Amino acid sequence: MIKIHELEKSFKDVSVLKGVSITIKDSEIYGIVGQSGAGKSTLLRCINGLESFESGYVEVDGTKVDVKDKVALKNLRRRMGMIFQGFNLLERLDVYDNIALPLKFWGIKTNTEESRKKILDLIELVGLSEKVHAKPRELSGGQKQRVAIARALVLDPEFLLCDEATSALDPEITKGILALLQKINKELGITIIVVTHQMEVVKQICNKVAFLSGGKVLAEGKPEEMFIQPRIPEIKAFLHDRSEILPDYGVNIQLFFTGEGSMEPIVTMMARELDEDFSICWAKIEDFRDELHGSLVINAKEEDEERICSFLDKKNVSWEVLK
Amino acid sequence: MEFLSSALTKTVLNAFGQTLYMVFWSALFSVILGFIPAVILTLTAPDGLKPQKVVYEVLSFIVNVFRSFPFIILLVIIIPFTRALVGKAIGTTASIVPLTVSAIPFIARVFESALRETNKGVVEAARSFGASDLQILLRVYVKESIPRMLNGVVLLIISLVGYSAMAGTVGGGGIGDIAIRYGYQQYRTDYLIICSVILIIFVQVIQMIGNKMYKKLS
Repeated sequence: MIKIHELEKSFKDVSVLKGVSITIKDSEIYGIVGQSGAGKSTLLRCINGLESFESGYVEVDGTKVDVKDKVALKNLRRRMGMIFQGFNLLERLDVYDNIALPLKFWGIKTNTEESRKKILDLIELVGLSEKVHAKPRELSGGQKQRVAIARALVLDPEFLLCDEATSALDPEITKGILALLQKINKELGITIIVVTHQMEVVKQICNKVAFLSGGKVLAEGKPEEMFIQPRIPEIKAFLHDRSEILPDYGVNIQLFFTGEGSMEPIVTMMARELDEDFSICWAKIEDFRDELHGSLVINAKEEDEERICSFLDKKNVSWEVLK
Repeated sequence: MEFLSSALTKTVLNAFGQTLYMVFWSALFSVILGFIPAVILTLTAPDGLKPQKVVYEVLSFIVNVFRSFPFIILLVIIIPFTRALVGKAIGTTASIVPLTVSAIPFIARVFESALRETNKGVVEAARSFGASDLQILLRVYVKESIPRMLNGVVLLIISLVGYSAMAGTVGGGGIGDIAIRYGYQQYRTDYLIICSVILIIFVQVIQMIGNKMYKKLS
């Protein structure tokens, strides 16, 4: 478990983290989400001591991270693999040697049968068995990130820190990498912490997210609760999908479907039961970790607002009148 | 055969041997001695592993001072030092000293920029896996920079050929010496042409080998 408490950090005069507190449970895929410059990457780097901080603390399984204690820090880093937006592979080493590198840093012989097997198994896990001796320049972005993932796993970490790991990849490749991360989380039980500004990352893999803005955590919770019916203006701005043009007559009501409710044919039921006509302005269905969640905006006559809302309440559908 | 035994060929080949001798040893010594300040500069630079503003600025200043001496002046200034080191101030062996001294700051800067071009992300990645500073220096900075440093050595050798010609005029011998003494002062255009052709071929060959090795190493 990682506990971050009231963390504060600034670069020169610029305050980057202003009292951040979050808790990351074991085996979670935890997302740190927000716009660029929100302090996400800095927060991530405080966890494995790549960045120091002024006040507050980071606690990993009950032990506080202390950047001044070099030995403890080194041992902590062994327990945390890390992958990056720019992959950060060594250009002159092939896939095998790149993955072997962390072992060398720890004085573990890489020419033993055990090490060889481990490295080759990891190469297989990330699906690069054909490319064992390819150099990074011969690989695509997605393949490079796979090498980086294998490298981050070679020391058997308990945590995997991902810093915008898919931001440089196209959507299709991103899906593949996310599926791999999910597999690693499930099969190896590794806790994964992802820093991202991409909603598809949050939707596909995160169990829990913290929304960071201006160095503060504005919300923490399940992504479907946070993003289907966003309540905070910053999150609305982050999603920037409120620009749809809605009718300026009548009343616009947005319906939110989360979890099981999304399967019920609420709209047609409502039309029949209330014997009312209304138009559907827009609708979307989103997929959070293979669970469907959606929202829908309808336009109705103003005098019907009350009846519609009480019907929705009866059916346990959350709603919001858009002004 | 007659051509090979002619006085001209003999003189030029002999001089070329002296040039190679001067260039080889001064390149070797300066690479070894220049690597040290290059590493210190890289480590203490603002974006280095151990930023030390004062150390960096002072060393940087010293390197610049040595680089700003025109070679021909440096050659004269360090005569006492040369004499102390090799026993005399004139001759092929003696000229290795000023050649090396002038090449050290040059190669130090070249190596420094080669080392500092190392991707900072890779350095950070290494650190995130628990690498020590020494491991990062050797396994990341130096290892990743080898092709770039090799390019620097090619550059060094080529400029040392030029400097060795200057050293030649003060008794170092070598191709430059022949070109000036025979070609220029005795109006022997054939010497001048042969010397030039040899130098052109030499530089081309060095550059070619350098490019091949760069490709192979990177």
